[in-house]
Amino acid sequence: MSGKVTISLAVNGETIEALVAPRTTLADFLRQDIQLTGTHTGCEMGVCGACLVLLDDRPVHACLMFAVQADGCAVETVEGLTHRRAIDDLQKAFHERNALQCGFCTAGMLVSAYGVLASGDELDRDSIRDALSGNYCRCTGYESIVDAIETTARLRRQHMEKEEA
Amino acid sequence: MNAFAGSIDRPNSYIGRSVSRPNAKRLLEGRGRYVTDLVLPRMLHAAFVRSPYAHGKIVSIDIEEAKALSGVRAVFTGEDLASICAPWTGTLEHFTNMKSPPQVPLPLEKVMWSGQPVVLIIADSRAVAEDAAELVIVDIEELPALADPVDAMSAAAMSKELADNICFATKLDSGGVEEAFDAADTAVEQSFIFGRHTAVTLEPRAIVADYDPSENRLTAHHATQTPYQFQDVYSRHYGIPEANVRVIAPDIGGSFGMKLHVYHEEMAVVGASILLGRPIKYVADRMESFVSDIHARDHRVTGRLALDRDGRITAMDVDDVTAIGAFSSYPRTSAVEGNQVIRLMGAPYDFSSYRANLSVVFQNKVQTSQYRAVGHPIACAVTECLVDAAARELSLDPFEIRERNLIPDSSYPRTSPTGYQFEKLSHQVCLARLKSMMNYDALRVEQAGLREKGILRGIGIALFVEITNPSPAFYGVGGARISAQDGAILKLTPSGEVHCSISVTEQGQGTETIIGQIVADQLGIDREKVRVMTGDTDTTPHGGATWACRGAGIGGETALQAARKLKANLLAVAGLILQAQPGELDIRADWIVETVTGQQRISLAEVARVAFFRSDTLPPETQAQLSVVHHYAPQGYPFAFTNGAQSCLVEVDAETGFVKILKHWVVEDCGRIINPLLVDEQVRGGVVQGLGAAFFEECLYNEEGQLTNGSLADYLVPMACEMPDIEISHVETPTRDTELGAKGCGEAGTAAASAAAMNAVNDALVGHGAVLTQIPMTPTRILKALGTI
Amino acid sequence: MKARAFDYMRPKCVQEALEAFVRADGDASYIAGGQSLVPALALRLQAPGLLIDIARLDELRGLSVAGGHLRIGATTRHCEILGSDLVREHAPLLARAAPFVAHPAIRNKGTFGGSLALADPASEFPAMALALDAIIEIASVEGSRRVGAGDFFIDLYETALQPGEIITAVYVPLASAKTRTAFDELARRRGDYAIVGAGIDAEMQGGFVERMRIAFLSVGSTPVRVGAVEAALTGRQLTPQAIRQAQDVLGTELDPVGDEHTPPEMRRHLARVLLGRLLGRLEANV
Repeated sequence: MSGKVTISLAVNGETIEALVAPRTTLADFLRQDIQLTGTHTGCEMGVCGACLVLLDDRPVHACLMFAVQADGCAVETVEGLTHRRAIDDLQKAFHERNALQCGFCTAGMLVSAYGVLASGDELDRDSIRDALSGNYCRCTGYESIVDAIETTARLRRQHMEKEEA
Repeated sequence: MNAFAGSIDRPNSYIGRSVSRPNAKRLLEGRGRYVTDLVLPRMLHAAFVRSPYAHGKIVSIDIEEAKALSGVRAVFTGEDLASICAPWTGTLEHFTNMKSPPQVPLPLEKVMWSGQPVVLIIADSRAVAEDAAELVIVDIEELPALADPVDAMSAAAMSKELADNICFATKLDSGGVEEAFDAADTAVEQSFIFGRHTAVTLEPRAIVADYDPSENRLTAHHATQTPYQFQDVYSRHYGIPEANVRVIAPDIGGSFGMKLHVYHEEMAVVGASILLGRPIKYVADRMESFVSDIHARDHRVTGRLALDRDGRITAMDVDDVTAIGAFSSYPRTSAVEGNQVIRLMGAPYDFSSYRANLSVVFQNKVQTSQYRAVGHPIACAVTECLVDAAARELSLDPFEIRERNLIPDSSYPRTSPTGYQFEKLSHQVCLARLKSMMNYDALRVEQAGLREKGILRGIGIALFVEITNPSPAFYGVGGARISAQDGAILKLTPSGEVHCSISVTEQGQGTETIIGQIVADQLGIDREKVRVMTGDTDTTPHGGATWACRGAGIGGETALQAARKLKANLLAVAGLILQAQPGELDIRADWIVETVTGQQRISLAEVARVAFFRSDTLPPETQAQLSVVHHYAPQGYPFAFTNGAQSCLVEVDAETGFVKILKHWVVEDCGRIINPLLVDEQVRGGVVQGLGAAFFEECLYNEEGQLTNGSLADYLVPMACEMPDIEISHVETPTRDTELGAKGCGEAGTAAASAAAMNAVNDALVGHGAVLTQIPMTPTRILKALGTI
Repeated sequence: MKARAFDYMRPKCVQEALEAFVRADGDASYIAGGQSLVPALALRLQAPGLLIDIARLDELRGLSVAGGHLRIGATTRHCEILGSDLVREHAPLLARAAPFVAHPAIRNKGTFGGSLALADPASEFPAMALALDAIIEIASVEGSRRVGAGDFFIDLYETALQPGEIITAVYVPLASAKTRTAFDELARRRGDYAIVGAGIDAEMQGGFVERMRIAFLSVGSTPVRVGAVEAALTGRQLTPQAIRQAQDVLGTELDPVGDEHTPPEMRRHLARVLLGRLLGRLEANV
């Protein structure tokens, strides 16, 4: 029983072939097997949001699935989003607004923010808070994070309006 | 006034400026380096078998099957580690007659709380270690658990080393209390319950202990606030020379006081690394955190206030019983919170008769100890709720009764009836500022209008005093080897940049940023040319690190004085090169300039080049000192007290007991502000921890001493949707004890948020016959208070 | 918090999955979204020897309308329910409840069929399946069968599913022009399991209730239909008096349990309040 399984998946645009134990969560696989330690684990039961990654472009908890389940999927982490410069504006807004302190929740916050900004929905402070409802932060009190996402949404909207005009 | 002269307009003037944190960028890109991330060659992983009972006698432990499991490298029980680790006892000498049983990494005879680690498994992976933990058979004879603190006070001692279950008891009495209550026109009395809660840092506790027997050297990569304290602890308890112990605290995923206590697991893991000669990693999982991280609060307080007919407070009398678990924590003890509770009571107010009784009690639960705003929220809530109760009794507006009782801003220095010395506080200014920023009168009008429609809004205010910049009076006088001083090394690089290594530490509050601001400001160089390093006992001088609000006040002053020392050395060398008097030179924008004209004479980089590479061109006998080391210990007042005022606006749904927090305001005075952006975010984060305590957070135990909500799904931390926007304003009253004038701000938010929230809920419920004096104020408790259920 | 070791397989069709379960002699679990199963494994509350991953089976997917029903494939994710125009049109009660299911990232992975199979009494969708009188299609090696939601939820985490059976789809009767729905819940924090929640699916004509189904979550060991309350309101207008009477009936009909945060009387009280609020806004359909 419990022999290792070969999986193939795209992580941050790179194809990864790996041999994993079925019980290895995607979070542990990312952090330990391929050293993408930007994704964190805070509860290992899907309630803190620190481990959020994009699975086929949607935020999911990397602690709530096993790496074997991601076979054939595309996974993107904060490292990948950074590398392809998909969240430059968001990171800048977080930095300027000091929307992080210890930084442990930050990758999850960015992934949630990426998801809600990509949804195309009109965002107000309540809807941003709603999008963050599963992301725990002990340091900031959330307001600065909401501010940073609100700023990013506004700048993106202005940018789009300028493009259209 | 302190000699600090900062003009925000001059070049490289950084003190008082909102700048973002240079070290936050890598955290934003997923490039943080937390202990949790660390992998070392030959590293093994630890897991623990824990006691299922709150109290019991260990009959036998069978580890054979676990040891035989493939991938398991060692299994340790109490004796294995007790034989190499000196026991520790959490007492302080200045707490007279304080006592606590000695502690060892893993228990030898008895388990004292549910979740106590009993057996340590070391394996190739955490998963295998957990597999092995399931195979250990621990036979424990269950003993009756002491869960209730009041029962524990009179019950037989649960530790064989002690005669009873009282850890510490003390009284304060200024005299005149009975007489004041006899003479009072009004007296109010309330009994309060403050629930146990816990820090819930998002990164759990983590350590990689790496002992190298060839050099008798221990390196501990440890997620802690206080590397030097642990260097001392590991050295003394494991008998390794202090210089051979290196503690590295890299990026830390939150701490809030929780990560500066000695835990059994970390001590056991260090011992295992010594026994095995290999690096061992232990990261508490969230379930373990709930049963092994220190908890906080857990107070039952009765308080009463005597007032004259004008609503002036004449006396205060309090009794605090606090339960701390089975042991007093080490080395800071579990009595500091209670001590601060009884000494901070009534702190903003002008009265002289005070009496307090404190009982610190053992019970069969995990230890409580210092967590953000130690004691402040309890003292503040008791005081401010009693003041509001008195205001209701006397039909006075909450602002009015406080205005009548505050210590006038003009009357400092003052000594409180509890013995605290206040250098200068600003209650009157803060209270007036709060009233105007929240538009108090308009809120009251709105509240009255909504009340007619059946909508219950409440406005609560609370004033606080915060303890910051502690001197050796805090721990040193009690015999604890915890430093009140800090040290910094400043080095000029040959390119004219500055490297600063300093003993204060970073957990995200922005320590490195403000130290960089101060150094750059004082040296007159670009902030980007200052590199700040913290958190490594091998590369920074010994110091207290970051706790109890001392990073800015003490660490900042250390950096300031060090920078001035380096600047003097730089100007001396420049004077020799330029054949000018150093006193006529200054540094601005990375250049040595003439002080009066501002004319640029020589760049700092050129000074460095000459001094490092062409010392032959300097006058004979010249030895340029381009690195300096400087230590600073606070002198003067034992603590730098700060103050402020908060208000909370809530809406209570009287049918469901649910409360919506609509808004929160804070005015605070932390003296000289180094970086307003960072101060504001410290305050916001602190407020939310206080609101969490007020409405959500509580470690719930059953009568058997079992924690019944020990998971992040069941223990309710404050989340984004339930927390309000928080408006902040500052008053600046610098301390004159330092050049910098900075005091702390880290506890301010937490100190008074729950008090303001309690007063807000009770304000909303005025006329409904309900007064809440227990936190968290859950919907159930609110409906019970209302008599609905 | 690491799961015990297990084997993993990803069958190509439902039949293969069913056979694999039989071969494992019961020492197996199906995994679809895994949002409840994975924590249970991590906590070692469950430790099957084999995980059979059915998340990608085409047979279990899709939202479609046929034969007077909305067919919801079992592995339809919560986020798909939330974003679906078909659901909004034909099963508006589900659309109302969907935003209350957990948090965005959980909704991106958790499945409708998985939620029903787990039958957590605090979950929104099992209770709504009950309120909608949905039909649950179940596959086993013996073949396929259908069970009404009213017969599906048996006890705490216990359903009509026999070991090895898989929910393949759920069929929801289509809403009509007369359909009025309401959903709400009282949770301490957004996305938490509610202290109490309820959904109403009714048909109303000229202000009168022609038919009403009400299901509560978090008030018992299963999702709970309140037949006596439904009966008390059927044929009536939703006047304040009728609503009060319905609340009184509810008070006698529910027998909720307590937990560490909430005593039973609190649950009963909040259920009454919630029922009143939902009935108060049902006709307006807001």
